[in-house]
Amino acid sequence: MDGTTLPSAKQPSPLTAKELIDEYFIENRTRLLEIAAFLDRLDRVDASSAGRDFRMKAFREALAALAGGGGRLDRIQLILSDPRETPLDALDRKSALGAYDRWSGSSTGGRS
Amino acid sequence: MKYIDHHAHMVSRTTDDYQQMALSGCVAVTEPAFWAGWDRSHADGFEDYFRQLTDFEPKRAAQYHIQHYAWMAMNPKEADDRPLSREVLARIPKFLDRPTVLGIGEIGLNRVTRNEIETYTEQVELARAHHQLILIHTPHLEDKLKGTRISVDVLRTFPALDPARVLVDHAEEHTLAMILDHGYWAGLTLYPQTKVSAQRAADIVERFGPERICIAGACDWGPSDALAVPRFIMEMRRRRHPESLIHQLVFENPVRFLSQCERFKIRPELEREAVGSR
Repeated sequence: MDGTTLPSAKQPSPLTAKELIDEYFIENRTRLLEIAAFLDRLDRVDASSAGRDFRMKAFREALAALAGGGGRLDRIQLILSDPRETPLDALDRKSALGAYDRWSGSSTGGRS
Repeated sequence: MKYIDHHAHMVSRTTDDYQQMALSGCVAVTEPAFWAGWDRSHADGFEDYFRQLTDFEPKRAAQYHIQHYAWMAMNPKEADDRPLSREVLARIPKFLDRPTVLGIGEIGLNRVTRNEIETYTEQVELARAHHQLILIHTPHLEDKLKGTRISVDVLRTFPALDPARVLVDHAEEHTLAMILDHGYWAGLTLYPQTKVSAQRAADIVERFGPERICIAGACDWGPSDALAVPRFIMEMRRRRHPESLIHQLVFENPVRFLSQCERFKIRPELEREAVGSR
């Protein structure tokens, strides 16, 4: 579902595109630089690590989705989500890790 | 602006937070039973916690003229322990008649295990049997989509349960439609990292509208913000949304949902009279 089920209830932003850019550009410029700095930091330590860790594999996919058209947020939420519909047979850990390991086939999401 | 935070773990907060919330317009908080950050070893520990929620915390909040209400439950983080869960559930009914208890919550799933689903299902049944409102926790991060789907699927196995008496909390962009489309209320909880920001919450309102959506801070013992709801109000004003829309989200909607329990003292009809007499 994409949120289009309640079209009459939408509350369009009162701001124009120009006003949104004026208001939000600087803080989102900062966020962009923070992501770039994080990736460069990883490269300085171990350039190949991002290729091995399932969280960073998902992160790279999310970055590609970011460069696409509208609906970026919904696509990224799905990239980072466990797509399965079956419960775990036993508790593996208390906390979620932020991304689902689609590459190892493990239900617990291994760390590389 | 007057607001209600329907999800705040105030036992983890200082009285300074109560004061700041009162100064920023908070008139009522509702506190779901929650995980302490470590697993309790006995059901007695839960019973003491339920006494804290229903005896002590309302008095602490009242010092700042904030109404405090509570929800009783075995929280999802400890719900995989089936023997302990059964013991805790057996102790809940005696708290349901306390004057500030609104219902059963927060129940739901954490890692989405079979044990968690069993405990969750038993608590839905407990709420149904005692005609209680329900507040549902949905899992975090990568577990949210799957956990919300299964939580809703379980609710739908209770055809006599009125969806309007259930609030599914911690909704995000990819789970909101499935909650609203089945007639449940949805909660957006504002967290610095693991849930939604004030900006994304405002985006969600722009996409989905304000009907059956409530806003909360879900402040607890971890990184969180007791003033998250006022920050959402500021974000909505920053975008020049009308005050009436913001008031609906942070006050009128939670009053509509919570006042389905007669113990919730803020009544929609009294609020309308108060506004009319100004």
